[in-house]
Amino acid sequence: MSDNAVVENIGNEYKYGFVDEVKPVWKAEKGLNRRVVEAISYHKDEPAWMLEFRLKALEIYQSKPVPVWGGDLSGLNMDEIYFYAKPTEQRDARSWDDVPEEIRRTYEKLGIREAEQKVLAGVGAQYDSEMVYHQVKEELERLGVIFVSIEDGLQHHEDLFREYFATVIPPEDNKYAALNSAVWSGGSFVYVPKGVKVEQPLQAYFRVNTAELGQFERTIIVVDEGADMHYIEGCTAPTYTTDSFHSGVIEIVVNQGARSRYTTIQNWSHNMYNLVTQRAVVKKDAYHMWLDGNLGSKLTMKYPSSYLVEEGARSDILSIAFASTGQHQDAGGKLIFAASNTGGSIVSKSISRGAGRSSYRGLIKVYEGSKYVKVNVECDALLINEESRTDTYPYMEIEDDTATVGHEATVSRLNDEQIFYLQSRGLPEDEAAALIVRGFIEPVAKELPLEYAVELNRLIELEMEGSVG
Amino acid sequence: MVNQLEIRNLHAKIVDGETILNGVNLVLPKGQVHAIMGPNGAGKSTLGKIIAGDPSYEIIKGDILMDGESILEMEADERARKGLFLAFQYPVEVPGVSNANFLRLALQAKKGDEVNMMEFYGKLQKALATLEWDESILTRYLNDGFSGGEKKRNEIMHMMVLEPTYGIMDETDSGLDIDALKVVAKGVNAMRGPNFGALLITHYQRLLNYITPDAVHVMIDGRIAASGGFELAERLEAEGYEWVKELAVAS
Repeated sequence: MSDNAVVENIGNEYKYGFVDEVKPVWKAEKGLNRRVVEAISYHKDEPAWMLEFRLKALEIYQSKPVPVWGGDLSGLNMDEIYFYAKPTEQRDARSWDDVPEEIRRTYEKLGIREAEQKVLAGVGAQYDSEMVYHQVKEELERLGVIFVSIEDGLQHHEDLFREYFATVIPPEDNKYAALNSAVWSGGSFVYVPKGVKVEQPLQAYFRVNTAELGQFERTIIVVDEGADMHYIEGCTAPTYTTDSFHSGVIEIVVNQGARSRYTTIQNWSHNMYNLVTQRAVVKKDAYHMWLDGNLGSKLTMKYPSSYLVEEGARSDILSIAFASTGQHQDAGGKLIFAASNTGGSIVSKSISRGAGRSSYRGLIKVYEGSKYVKVNVECDALLINEESRTDTYPYMEIEDDTATVGHEATVSRLNDEQIFYLQSRGLPEDEAAALIVRGFIEPVAKELPLEYAVELNRLIELEMEGSVG
Repeated sequence: MVNQLEIRNLHAKIVDGETILNGVNLVLPKGQVHAIMGPNGAGKSTLGKIIAGDPSYEIIKGDILMDGESILEMEADERARKGLFLAFQYPVEVPGVSNANFLRLALQAKKGDEVNMMEFYGKLQKALATLEWDESILTRYLNDGFSGGEKKRNEIMHMMVLEPTYGIMDETDSGLDIDALKVVAKGVNAMRGPNFGALLITHYQRLLNYITPDAVHVMIDGRIAASGGFELAERLEAEGYEWVKELAVAS
């Protein structure tokens, strides 16, 4: 199956690759050193403890070797990266009128402003290194919901900030978490008070416009007891011939009885290295879902993790990866069970086409003494062409024999018999192929909010299916 | 215009493989139901798939004409949109794609236009009633986890909704118990009329007790060895295929 126009074109027609004529008001020198870290801290007018934290993290970063177990990072040259570019003087505008026109137009083109009015409870927009806009619905603000830039979180909610910052993902965790800790800029600070249910999603939108820029968002989300929240992260960038770099750290705490969901629709241009650390700590009877969609980037290494630390905690990780020629999606998830009667699942669906490569990398760890853990892992790979590639790296560390662990992995090829069957009912070959792909990801795609499911469908050039009966 | 499906001196082989059809001649007039019988390996199923446009076979010579027009150069989907339908012997599972949504897309492809939901729903209801079936089959993923019988019945439902001009049923009866067989026959009989021709590929006479064919053809070694009426099917059932084989050799 090689002459298959629709599937061939998935991921090729990148419509977000436009460049804005926006010059940063300030840009750090290229490369990473102590001066750059100090400059970032200075521009953010930070307390001394934060600068100290950053400099310590820089040392940790420099002491750790580049990981060799995952994707090929040899092309990522830190000396060619700008670590900070400030787009405007004003951060966190509360009104789009206060956002420079060129930047505002970009978010209009991306459909963010329309979505804000229709389906979102709040929007944060990051442009290069800073959040240029943040707004949450007034009634949620009245209920005590905080949804601001991470910098505002530090400035105006310092106690709350310090209570959680770097507690879920310390700089020592991995080389890129250390890097982020040193140069972090932008990202959201979210607090949902006890019992508050945020019905519509909060969305943060990340845009990198400057060439050769590194974007280092840092997000903290705290969902307090019995609260409910859905946070969506979307990412795009212009297509440059030089590489760009995005390395975020997302820390989430889900307190007793709370429910939270973090959805990523990552559609970076194909010159982006995307190395992200995302982790949630899930407390008693709480629930957290990661829905991780990796469509863009040159190389993504991202394994959303949930630490189930108190009884009754549950977490599901749903992952979709799409790798075309020139892309490597190294994705998956980790579930760490450190309490009894906890449970969860990882469902991963990857599609590789052309010479694209998808890897599933996952860890299930059950600590000794965590009784009656129930966990299930399912990873399915679909290969479109002969040269498409997939690998599976499922790690299991089960220390308690009361655990029930299921694992299922399948690899399939786009199947000529399926294509002929669908064609024999009147669907042209390309539509038949796209329908099979669409069906393949359906178990994960159906969990997306409708607007995003539509977007995903559009991405695989298929019409939204109606429902009958 | 000639209202018939005509197979003219058709020779065909598996792509990069052995020859299966050795000069098939067959005419199915619109409005009639013909049965093709024959022993295993005679090429019956291959003939069905080739008519439908299966790209894993290669035509060596001959032609297939639908209402006077050659369809050999058409892809399978184009043939389907022109009014051809193959009920598969082994319907293929397509996980994640709901039965009804798929049918709607197929109908849409055929009409080349949006399908009116009420009209579509009406067609579904009618087909389900004839096939004595529950609506729940519509929301299930296409053939995914269906029993053998459910798959066959679903093929007939698709045929009833898509309303082809010529329907080919490839061993739709095999693996069905007698009740299921009767229901499937009911579906096919409901479609009979001046605007529908059907080719029933079968190994046994059993199905023909419920769908009376206008003609019976016997296929041996990739050729039609004998044609006749229903009595031919009865004789095959009673005496087996040996006598036709001898006929085939003699000719």
